[in-house]
Amino acid sequence: MSTTVYVPCDSSALSLGAEKTAQAIAAEAARRGAAITLVRNGSRGLFWLEPMVEVETPAGRVAYGPVQPKDVASLFEAGFLTGGKHALSLGLSEEIAYLKNQERLTAARVGLGDPLCLDTYAAHGGWQGLKNAVGMSGAEVVKEVTESGLRGRGGAAFPTGIKWNTVLNTPGAQKYIVCNADEGDSGTFSDRMLMEGDPYTLVEGMTIAGVAVGATQGYIYLRSEYPHAFKTLKEAIRRAREAGYLGTDVLGSGKTFELEVRLGAGAYICGEETSLLESLEGKRGIVRFKPPLPAIEGLFGKPTVINNVISLCSVPIILAKGGKHYQDFGMGRSRGTLPFQLTGNIKHGGLVEKAFGLTLNQLLYDFGGGSASGRPIRAVQVGGPLGAYVPESQFDLPLDYEAYSKVNAMIGHGGVVVFDDTVDMAEQARYAMEFCAIESCGKCTPCRIGSTRGTEVMDAIIAGRDVETNIALMRSLCDTMLNGSLCALGGMAPYPVLSALNHFPEDFAIQREAAAA
Amino acid sequence: MKPELPPVLKQVAELIDPLVDLPGATLPMLHAIQDGIGYVPDEAVPMIAERLNLSRAEVHGVVTFYHHYRRHAPGKHVVQICRAEACQSMGARQLEAHARKTLGCDYHETTADGAITLEAVYCLGNCACAPAIRVDDEIVGRVSNARFDEVIAELREEAQA
Repeated sequence: MSTTVYVPCDSSALSLGAEKTAQAIAAEAARRGAAITLVRNGSRGLFWLEPMVEVETPAGRVAYGPVQPKDVASLFEAGFLTGGKHALSLGLSEEIAYLKNQERLTAARVGLGDPLCLDTYAAHGGWQGLKNAVGMSGAEVVKEVTESGLRGRGGAAFPTGIKWNTVLNTPGAQKYIVCNADEGDSGTFSDRMLMEGDPYTLVEGMTIAGVAVGATQGYIYLRSEYPHAFKTLKEAIRRAREAGYLGTDVLGSGKTFELEVRLGAGAYICGEETSLLESLEGKRGIVRFKPPLPAIEGLFGKPTVINNVISLCSVPIILAKGGKHYQDFGMGRSRGTLPFQLTGNIKHGGLVEKAFGLTLNQLLYDFGGGSASGRPIRAVQVGGPLGAYVPESQFDLPLDYEAYSKVNAMIGHGGVVVFDDTVDMAEQARYAMEFCAIESCGKCTPCRIGSTRGTEVMDAIIAGRDVETNIALMRSLCDTMLNGSLCALGGMAPYPVLSALNHFPEDFAIQREAAAA
Repeated sequence: MKPELPPVLKQVAELIDPLVDLPGATLPMLHAIQDGIGYVPDEAVPMIAERLNLSRAEVHGVVTFYHHYRRHAPGKHVVQICRAEACQSMGARQLEAHARKTLGCDYHETTADGAITLEAVYCLGNCACAPAIRVDDEIVGRVSNARFDEVIAELREEAQA
């Protein structure tokens, strides 16, 4: 009998040598005449354990990790094919506390099997949502999504159902579904993991959106930094189309939905929805004025649903189990779950999908196990390069959209970047401005000029020149950018700067003392 | 009769002609060219403009707006170093300095032996395995200075073989 062995093909697992591990396992099995079926699955998102190898046993899947090629022979010696004990044993995969203590709704299937296998997807509940959706009216589907309380997971947290409803009710011969897969925030990879590890969920979510609002064409705008996701998505679309989940007769409903992946070209601003639409149209990614909203005049001037990967991937389960089921998770107005990404200087980095309302303390210490360096955690940037640096005094704040916005912070796309006490917050503030200058589309003055001047002012502060005057100048500049920028790039780049100034003034004061000495 | 195009531009034409009817074809065409010949030669700009009924200025604007497109031939391999926050928290600033020093070139430049073009990148989505770099189409995680040197040595060996 052949034993199934799983070795992930996720980018992060590959970046730690999963390909060589897989080859070594195949070669060793051949040498020993052991019958194995090697499945390249997505990652479970326990990245400190990658490459994490799993073996199918009668008791369940047994995990080992991190497995390097040099460990392979001894794993066979230890009888890992029957779940034998080894120094790298992690026990049953499902019982690993990090995984067990999560509430995986959106990322439920990631890591379970071959991401491109249609049978695996169907066996784990795939296509149920779409099957339900094709039997419902567009308005019914939109109502279900509205009732779930799902809010856009890209950063702005706009209610998804309301967006869909606008497109549904806007007349148009051609409508579009666009997936924003330009996951540019540092400290985020949940979109990537889903696209690489469970691509059919995105295909299904977009198809449901198309069927609901009457759109016949979908585009996934994927960042060029994700070459593996690109390959996986292209193949997933090809196979889904062949099997009748896409095309001119979706699941025999007579409805048409076609899907195409388009690559971005390394511009952070194209994660902003109107800039993304410009880019898809073949132009420079310059932000558009709103209104008109994309829901009314979007891609090529047509009504367009534009949603983030996680938002669209949350749709199949909502349609499969009902909006109410999803709504039961979360707190306040933040319903459902969010796949948080625990990254940077953290011992146990990875994907942690939980209902809203948990705290950074729980994430950093219960899940993360403290910093990777072993030094005290000093600052945590939540929500990407435009998110605030959160100090230890706020680690107990519940992670929900409203609680965070009250302290001028944001959850955004759920990225959590950890810094230990060696971080220089003045340098981080400078980088926020530098990044904004590099990525500004140039349309509005506060962002285009402000970010460059901001970098210069930070340089002056770091060099200890007129520190007090320059800090006042910096705050005034931040105020201009916050209130005068056209989109979130210039409008939020001040958050990391101001949070660094407010919560870590000593890093700016140190410079002053050094200059005075 | 049209004059014969130089071989590289003939190749450009072959790469972009099948994409003419794609809605919003500019980026797909530029990707096809860069994937096919490694960079976007200036002469490709009027060729795209003509096919898409755009002005040269519009196409030039697109080529220069996006960080991804290169206008000169790169070295044998392209190495991108992630400069973003998650990688910074694990020492990316030191890695950047180390890379520039050992390769003897700055970002957007190529080593003297033509083996490696160095580029900056802002997040590779490998933030739990920082610092990260990308070598052509492969991502490498937890890149210490020593690991970086190993990767570069392998690339150089390969380039010579």
